[in-house]
Amino acid sequence: MKMDLILRITTKLLIPFMLLFALYVQFHGDYGPGGGFQAGVITAAMVILYALIFGLKAAQRVVPVSVVQFMVPLGVLVYTGVGVYTMFKGGEFLNYNLLGHDRVHAQEWGILLVEIGVYITVSGTMTAIFYMFAGRGR
Amino acid sequence: MNPFIHELIAHYNQWITIFLMVSGLYIVIAKDNMVKKLVGLSLFQTSVYLLYISPGKILGGTPPIMDPKFSVYSNPLPHVLILTAIVVGVATLALGLALVVRINEAYGTIEEDEIFARGEEE
Amino acid sequence: MSSSQLPALQVVLPLLGAVICAFLRRGTLAWGVALCVTWTMPVIALSMLWQVLATGPISYAMGGWAPPWGIEYRVDMLSGFVLFLVSGVAAVIIPFARKSIATEIDSTRQAWFYTMYLLSLCGLLGITITGDAFNVFVFLEISSLSTYVMIALGRDRRALLAAYQYLIVGTIGATFYVLGVGILYSLTGSLNMVDISSRLGELGFQPPVLAAVAFLFVGISLKLALFPLHSWLPGAYAYAPSFATAFLAASATKVAVYLLVRYFFSVFSVSQIFEGLPVSEILIVLSVAGMIGASLVAVFQEDVKRMLAYSSVAQIGYMTLGIGLANKQGLTGGIVHLFNHAITKAALFLAVGAIVYRMKTCKIDDFAGLGRRMPLTMGVFVLAGLSIIGTPGTAGFVSKWFLAVGALEEGWWWLVAIVMVSSLISVVYIGRVIEIAWFREAKPIADNAREPPASMLLPMLFLAGCVVYFGFATSMSAGYASKAAAHLLGAEQAIEVPAAAGTKQ
Repeated sequence: MKMDLILRITTKLLIPFMLLFALYVQFHGDYGPGGGFQAGVITAAMVILYALIFGLKAAQRVVPVSVVQFMVPLGVLVYTGVGVYTMFKGGEFLNYNLLGHDRVHAQEWGILLVEIGVYITVSGTMTAIFYMFAGRGR
Repeated sequence: MNPFIHELIAHYNQWITIFLMVSGLYIVIAKDNMVKKLVGLSLFQTSVYLLYISPGKILGGTPPIMDPKFSVYSNPLPHVLILTAIVVGVATLALGLALVVRINEAYGTIEEDEIFARGEEE
Repeated sequence: MSSSQLPALQVVLPLLGAVICAFLRRGTLAWGVALCVTWTMPVIALSMLWQVLATGPISYAMGGWAPPWGIEYRVDMLSGFVLFLVSGVAAVIIPFARKSIATEIDSTRQAWFYTMYLLSLCGLLGITITGDAFNVFVFLEISSLSTYVMIALGRDRRALLAAYQYLIVGTIGATFYVLGVGILYSLTGSLNMVDISSRLGELGFQPPVLAAVAFLFVGISLKLALFPLHSWLPGAYAYAPSFATAFLAASATKVAVYLLVRYFFSVFSVSQIFEGLPVSEILIVLSVAGMIGASLVAVFQEDVKRMLAYSSVAQIGYMTLGIGLANKQGLTGGIVHLFNHAITKAALFLAVGAIVYRMKTCKIDDFAGLGRRMPLTMGVFVLAGLSIIGTPGTAGFVSKWFLAVGALEEGWWWLVAIVMVSSLISVVYIGRVIEIAWFREAKPIADNAREPPASMLLPMLFLAGCVVYFGFATSMSAGYASKAAAHLLGAEQAIEVPAAAGTKQ
């Protein structure tokens, strides 16, 4: 009972910082190591830690299976949407220069948007994989 | 003898690559357990990442962020390529493990020789 | 959005279609999305092909970054041809999928099947259209991973095993490919195929170049199912859903053959590969072993899908034989066989899929008496089977003719004899099915066997018609292939200046 208590309290303390770190990695991906994939995996690890300590049902109340299954194609849609938007504006697919008023800002916007798309898909996919594997064999 | 030993030591990253590649392939071929095969596959793919990244570091180069103080930068392109390759490797591993879970439910075992023995009877 | 965005649309539309299918829950809706997307594919491919024939290769700079620093999509004669082939066959067979998938996969998974199908189509078209070596790897893995899932959705539990084995072998192949690209990158400093070929010319024959050739050859051959690296193919074709088998048989290995031709003739030069190294001998020996060996194994199969899978391995031997001959006639034979085999095998697997739809079995012995109960379906099977044998009047004869002429140009009579022998062996296994279907009494299992519905029958009949048409009107298939072959063999060092339709300066 004592060990259980330590784990629960430590997890409750850690999880917000994990999410914060994931978002930090996400938004600093264009200037340091990071980006959508790494941040997505950290976010999924956060959900998995919660599921390990508090149980799968509790985790699925917080992050439902249907939401996770919706996130998987949503990120790809965001990514491809950015590309199609630049095509409508007259450039090639994923030509970031058309997203803003000058090149530097436009490139930043472009990287930000596609990395958000990657983040949504990767965190959704990793969590979905965990839910699929963990829910079997009962 | 000296230049030969020098060659051996100077290219240590490529020796490590070869060792990982060959051990990964050996595990895939020699082991019957399906999860072990996937582990070997993952090891084999890791050697390729090393092959790309280790020449990318330029001796005396800084991380590739533009700054007026520095003139020699490490090559950023291999890192981008390997990030893609790592994601592909993760996806392959996840898919392989999902298949192993389903095979275990369908056949009751994950040893390939047992499954083939059962397959002969079908 | 002008027409110069077509190369990007060729890949983006299936990707968007796959995403939309992933949101859907009903199989029929997903099929509808897949239908709309697949029918636009040959339109795009054809318009790009017309533009290539008129003004030369199209170069499209992805993301606005000019090659060789950016990723370039390059459509020239060969890639335009393969693009049109893959998208055309997919467009013809997609109406077949609705009823076939509805019976073979349970309803919760049908939308996912169409997602995987569209991703696989996106990957295959991407491999063909891209001009960047690492981008080929990305699309190769997109198409391969979605193919593993498509196969694993089959009815039998052996489909899972087949998908797992294909996964192991396919990933080793893709990793060998990326190893080869890594070596080329560290030698030349570039990933753009045109740029690599111009820089390789200065390097000559060093051990790293040989290592790169070896890794690329083995990696692509694993995807090609070149004998003896074909062990994944029979299981994958036999246990996948029928529509998936028809789609894969017509496209996956053909794109791998295209990749091999692209590397051997455009990235490396003919003098490097075929005169300096024994690649020609290796290809010919392995092709011959595949042609004879796989045909012999096909004779002894009980399951018609496995028999056709081994027949595919033999037919791939013909394509690689054409590449190995490396003269204009041989290469033309190889390229035109890419086209002919795709339509032939698609027709065959559609016919088998229709029989499975009606009778739920694909054992050859259960085909007894089907010639009278399902005459049109068996008629398609017979016509396509004749093309496999190489009967004059069908498409298969055209490719074997070019291969024989190419072999005679080198003075290798024995090779022509081997092509004849393998054709005779295919008479045995095709003839066995025909004999059982027409000359035996029907079994009780064939009681509810009648012609499949029109959505399944029409694609089959169209493909069978194409098989006969391209046996006679060879100017479109063989004439085009010989132009592409001449272009590949002649343009070793000369790099064509592409029509800069999509690049912004």
